[in-house]
Amino acid sequence: MPSLKSLRMRINSVKSTRKITQAMKMVAAAKLRRAQSQAEAARPYAVRMERMLASLGASVAGTPDAPKLLVGSGGDAVHLLVVVTADRGLAGPFNTNVGRFARARIRELEAQGKTVKLLTVGRKGAAYLKREFASRVVGEISFAGKKRLEFSDASEVAARITAMLEAGEFDVCALVYNRFRNVMTQVPTEQRLIPAPLPEAGSPADSGGALYEYEPTEEEILAQLLPQNLAIQVYRALLESAAGEQGSRMTAMDNATRNAGEMINKLTLNYNRTRQANITKELIEIISGAEAV
Amino acid sequence: MANFQLELVSPEKLLLSREVEMAIIPAAEGEMGVLAGHAPMIVALRGGTIRVRENGAETERLFVAGGFAEITPTRVTVLADEATPVAELSRAEADRRVAEAQAAYDAAAMDTPERRDAAMARLLAMRAMKDAAQAA
Repeated sequence: MPSLKSLRMRINSVKSTRKITQAMKMVAAAKLRRAQSQAEAARPYAVRMERMLASLGASVAGTPDAPKLLVGSGGDAVHLLVVVTADRGLAGPFNTNVGRFARARIRELEAQGKTVKLLTVGRKGAAYLKREFASRVVGEISFAGKKRLEFSDASEVAARITAMLEAGEFDVCALVYNRFRNVMTQVPTEQRLIPAPLPEAGSPADSGGALYEYEPTEEEILAQLLPQNLAIQVYRALLESAAGEQGSRMTAMDNATRNAGEMINKLTLNYNRTRQANITKELIEIISGAEAV
Repeated sequence: MANFQLELVSPEKLLLSREVEMAIIPAAEGEMGVLAGHAPMIVALRGGTIRVRENGAETERLFVAGGFAEITPTRVTVLADEATPVAELSRAEADRRVAEAQAAYDAAAMDTPERRDAAMARLLAMRAMKDAAQAA
């Protein structure tokens, strides 16, 4: 039976753990709200970008000199996976889920005889994937220490992808990240970036039934629009992942706080019983001592 | 006079979405005044100020650092790389960014023509931002 002192120490340590998890939960909740509103603020741009791309892309995709960002390099041999995870742990299964999903995907692609390259965003994913696929990792990006994700961060990632494409380092590029469904659930998802999946062209009624005029030329606009589109896709994924991270951490910390509470109850009961047992023991000793006299 | 819907969005937020009478947009090949009923167009933008006019007076000025605009008879959507109301621009900030863009441009002098063009466009956009900040 543990001594009273050691029980008291355990109770105190669990209590301070509960304080920490509770604080982390509050912080995560506040950050979640911010991340969600940021993700919402980014939505209108993405929606309109998609609409513009739909009307532009459809007319250019068929031509032989279509930009690489739109149609890819034509091959299918080398896949680049951009894996987005968090920079910090203690977020429940958040990072492991993406990691496991990416691992399954890598295995699958390699079983088909394709070469896989990895670009990791976020420290946790890098650590996880390096254990098994160190030779496939071609780059690591981390925004650790940044207070707020900015669009320029996403542009940086996109610029890196574009540079690799121009150097002919891969044929197909996909993003792997946690899609934010709600605070409780984040779904690891794969989203293809290059070749760009063309959204369905909107109904012609949208543009008043007429075709667009372009200034300067269609090709020049597309050449500017495509890198921007890539960046916005990455930005969206980063934001969803950031919101998901906070959501997942909030849930995990909520559970931890509850578990700590249960643990404290159990330990307190144990402590009281032990205390009572000690008193009883002492009484028996005194009484039996008195009887012997 | 007929109005049309003007929307200005940057990747970080929706800055403006309302009915206006006329918008002057800094298109890549020159400023463009848009009224309701304009022919459908998609234009690239350079760095400059979008000016909104209502009832014959200028009611709003917003700086954009490049982007695109989609024009339809009833709606204009501006997708800006970066957008700030002119009143919120600071001259010191603009100076700093011009210097940054200048440095990037100098560094790109030996690079491929595309990169140099991009750096050039960036520098011009930042100069436009400085001008806008000074005018405000």
